[in-house]
Amino acid sequence: MDSSHALADHAAHPAHIDTSTGLDSRKMAFWTFIGSECLLFGSLIATYMAYKGRSLKPPYPHDVTINGVAHEGVLNIPLTSFSTFILLMSSVAMVFALYNVQRGDRKWAAFWLFATAFGGSIFLGCQVFEFTEFYHNGLTLKSNLFGSTFFVLTGFHGAHVTVGIIYLITLGVMTMRGRIGPERTLNVEIAGLYWHFVDVIWIVIFPLVYLIP
Amino acid sequence: MSSTATVAAPRPVAAHHAEPTGLWSWITTVDHKRIGIMYGVTAFVWFLVAGIEALMIRVQLFVPNNHFVSAETYNSLFTMHALTMIFGALMPLTAAFFNFIVPLQVGARDVAFPRLNALSYWLFLFGGIFLNVGWVFKAAPDAGWFAYAPLTIEAWAPGLHMDFYVLGLQVLGLSSIIASLNFIITIINLRAPGMRLMRMPIFTWMTLITSVLIVTAMAVFTIAITELMFDRVFGTNFFNTVDAGADPLLWQHLFWMFGHPEVYILIIPIMGMVSEVLPTFSRKPLFGYNVMVFSGVLIGWLGWGVWSHHMFATGMGPIADSFFALSTMLIAIPTGIKIFNWLGTIYGGSVRFTTAMLFSVGFIAMFTIGGISGVMHSSAPSDLQQTDTYFVVAHIHYVFFGGTVMGLWSAMYYWYPKVFGRLLDEKMGKAHFWLTMVGMNLTFFPMHFVGMFGMPRRTWTYGPEQGFTIWNQVETIGSFIIALATLIFAVNLFTAWKRGRVAGPNPWGAATLEWSIPSPPPVYNFREIPVVHSRMPLWEGDPTKAAGIPHGRAEEETEQVTLGGAALAEVGDVHDENKMSAHDLGIHLPPPSFWPIVLAFGITLIFVGLIFRQLTGAMHSLWYLMIAGVAITVLSIYAWAFEPGH
Repeated sequence: MDSSHALADHAAHPAHIDTSTGLDSRKMAFWTFIGSECLLFGSLIATYMAYKGRSLKPPYPHDVTINGVAHEGVLNIPLTSFSTFILLMSSVAMVFALYNVQRGDRKWAAFWLFATAFGGSIFLGCQVFEFTEFYHNGLTLKSNLFGSTFFVLTGFHGAHVTVGIIYLITLGVMTMRGRIGPERTLNVEIAGLYWHFVDVIWIVIFPLVYLIP
Repeated sequence: MSSTATVAAPRPVAAHHAEPTGLWSWITTVDHKRIGIMYGVTAFVWFLVAGIEALMIRVQLFVPNNHFVSAETYNSLFTMHALTMIFGALMPLTAAFFNFIVPLQVGARDVAFPRLNALSYWLFLFGGIFLNVGWVFKAAPDAGWFAYAPLTIEAWAPGLHMDFYVLGLQVLGLSSIIASLNFIITIINLRAPGMRLMRMPIFTWMTLITSVLIVTAMAVFTIAITELMFDRVFGTNFFNTVDAGADPLLWQHLFWMFGHPEVYILIIPIMGMVSEVLPTFSRKPLFGYNVMVFSGVLIGWLGWGVWSHHMFATGMGPIADSFFALSTMLIAIPTGIKIFNWLGTIYGGSVRFTTAMLFSVGFIAMFTIGGISGVMHSSAPSDLQQTDTYFVVAHIHYVFFGGTVMGLWSAMYYWYPKVFGRLLDEKMGKAHFWLTMVGMNLTFFPMHFVGMFGMPRRTWTYGPEQGFTIWNQVETIGSFIIALATLIFAVNLFTAWKRGRVAGPNPWGAATLEWSIPSPPPVYNFREIPVVHSRMPLWEGDPTKAAGIPHGRAEEETEQVTLGGAALAEVGDVHDENKMSAHDLGIHLPPPSFWPIVLAFGITLIFVGLIFRQLTGAMHSLWYLMIAGVAITVLSIYAWAFEPGH
């Protein structure tokens, strides 16, 4: 995707045409992509909110008493709070990774990239565990409105985390092999944008799904 | 009436500079001009397919109680007519012009991401074929293009029909989003020096607005069809109103939140095209450029706040109804401004009625009729009388055919010489115009009447005693006149490609940058990236036409002018220029790549794997196609990222 750069760099005349705004095209494209992603997640979150508390039968997300019958909520808030914390901390690691790429410190850049991916993996592992638990407790995609909206929303987010982990590991390997130095900071910066975005979306999802009954 | 101002010396069109030819070079191309041509050709084929579907509908309705097609086939016909026209023909035809013209108008050598651009084309091609494969299995989508859930969940729409819908449109939607990302960045970031936002050609502006709408609205639609896909494939409950208590209006809200902006996605680019054609043939700058830009932005913005006017009949209550009625009426204001500004552009100009101009003027008239009937059903009480009748069919066809298609044909006559270096035949063009004009009014105007008489839409036949017969026969005759006109157009497009009059760089004496380079443009577009000083760079030296073109600040006027009267003459020497390859000129262009088509294939395969799950029974599945699709997708993303030269 370097072609815009290539086009600009090699343009014979006039001597200096970088981009009209002075911003890199790839970065701008990524921001636009994030804009589109907001609408994707926004629609899923809107669906979840529209159906919140409207499931006709258990399992329900939170402890609830219906017609005198007490139902235990399936959500494991301590576990997810822990995995949320890890995910947020991985964003900090991402910042360190970018800082070290900019400084040209290959070893530490790779370390922090892998650390970020590791944090993401812990989050993902918790999600897999959570999904399995729910399945054993009788909550599936098909069981009720909560099951459908919950699995599709958090699963969609989990898919984004998975892509991010693969992305980060690729960058980590490239950094270790010396293919990403300070001159290619942008590659890591864009991965960072993606990772922070995935985090921010989780900050929206976590309270809406887990914390607010 | 002479149609052309200047015709350059004849030259061989085919003997182009050292550009690779052959099928492989088209498959691997990343050149925005070739991708534009491929978009145009593919979309025109889909236009013909969807047109034939429309003719079959009209034949079926020619007499009462007809059995030309069965009711089931009729359902598929009107569904596929709409889907193929909207996603296969009209959007991609505008995309063809975005691709070919926008980089030229902003003075760029290509789009910002040439390989992504190729990817969007291949996704469009595969997605369109995928959607239509349903016909082969007698399982074409049959629940309308709006696909109202819960009617479209597995329980009420068994079989593969709507699976083709949800999965085919995923691929097409992805294609649109990727293409639009590319155009947004191209327009914002690859403008020639001096081309500020308010100096951009109006078509480029409208492309930008449309692309923003696509990136946002299509995302909502993607989620709507993802939810429907999960319901159908994995048994979730998003739209399961009976057992799970789902909300029957959820789909309608999500769909129309996309569906209404989609209407503007189909008309805003056309407004841009017409705003290029009218000034050129009136020899006057566009009247009220700034207001035209801002009303375009306003239409796009308001387009997001009116979706529920498609849902008045669902009983949302007086407050929601009033809000959406008023917001819908508000849109008439920026649209009306545009119509008056077009008239203001023509007024007092020295008008030349070429075919392109005729179609643009026809567009104004027909689109206004569609707009006015639109205002009629923006009022909720009035809309309740019109919902699901042929009155609505009349309205959308005045907007889509009288608006979008007329404008597209205008753009086709206008830009064809730039694309292929030869002019379309004006005699055939005028026959095409008048037949289209007469045909479309015969076809669609009586629909207002039968609609008011109460003829329901999407119903495969009617009784002789209902009084619809005579008007339906007029409509069918009209539709065949449109078909004849389209046939003439197709012949014109085909014959002009090799035998049309040679156009030269600027046959119409137009003002924007794409006309400053040879036709067809060399692979690198601009030998030197132009420096832009005004909105209409090629009219700068001409005091009669340039009057009223706002220029930059005084100090900029002293900069060296690279375009204008004199420079245009130099550009006319196309022989010399075309012999120079990009390499000779030291211009670096991105190398061809086959990964876009491989990636598009992989992505399509993922969705194909989802659809064949129940072809021969519940447990039969081709899930391994999905795995193969994922593998190809991942592989080609890596190959793409590490491809040398990009």
